[in-house]
Amino acid sequence: MKAAVIVFPGSNCDRDMAVAFEQAGFDVEMVWHKDTALPSGIDMVGVPGGFSFGDYLRCGAIAANAPIVRDVKAFADKGGYVLGVCNGFQVLTETGLLPGALLRNSELKYICRTVGLKVEGDSIFTSAYQTGEEIALPIAHHDGNYHADDATLDLLEGEGRVAFRYTDNPNGSARDMAGILSANRRVLGMMPHPERASEAAHGNEDGARLFANLTSALTTA
Amino acid sequence: MKVRVHVMLKQGVLDPQGEAVRHALGALGFEGVSSVRQGKVIELDLADGTSEATIGEMCEKLLANTVIESYRVEQL
Repeated sequence: MKAAVIVFPGSNCDRDMAVAFEQAGFDVEMVWHKDTALPSGIDMVGVPGGFSFGDYLRCGAIAANAPIVRDVKAFADKGGYVLGVCNGFQVLTETGLLPGALLRNSELKYICRTVGLKVEGDSIFTSAYQTGEEIALPIAHHDGNYHADDATLDLLEGEGRVAFRYTDNPNGSARDMAGILSANRRVLGMMPHPERASEAAHGNEDGARLFANLTSALTTA
Repeated sequence: MKVRVHVMLKQGVLDPQGEAVRHALGALGFEGVSSVRQGKVIELDLADGTSEATIGEMCEKLLANTVIESYRVEQL
């Protein structure tokens, strides 16, 4: 199994994400934003957190137009699996792979702390959790206030595409949504950082399970 | 040719920065400020004859996120 982690100028969770994928049994290739094609044989693409292009214009907006992202989009359109965390989630909404957008936190503050989440949507990313299970993951963002129109929010809920909800909404996100899935459930975008809670030394391993089942799930998929 | 693109959050999209500015104006003693909306102004220096359609495409593809923002192009 091979995973690609995209690296933009300003990415700062790329290596953490690579380690989390490696621990879950993936061979990982770091892929520079100026590359025009993903390496061959990629099973999973990770779009990491950070401040791509300094968050200029809008978070994720410049990265969403980077050369490699065109191929990530093509990969997803062909049914490829993509995980976007934090800034990666912002990039995925900017590309249109996921609906909605991330606005400035309602309290205008950068928030860096561990928050409670309820696991909901059915996907390979959430398959190691029980539906309805409460877990804790760190968040670290200034623009994590998920916004979409009511019709889109209804659609996400109706199709079971809300992967995670905040148990105590920290940023004003619509209907407490912390992570959402694409229509085919193969693209997940989430503001919390599972890769920062994926080994004993982190003091929390709730995030490790998001990665743990991926290789076996992909083998049988 | 020069154009100025005004990008604003759409009506109905919460603008926490505008709200913070409104509160700050109130704290300074300015009365009657019922609403503040904050946006962006982007000035473009373009080749003469750049079509409106092309400028519109620039706005749609990059300058504004039309999920949350509206834009207006002003010819200078």
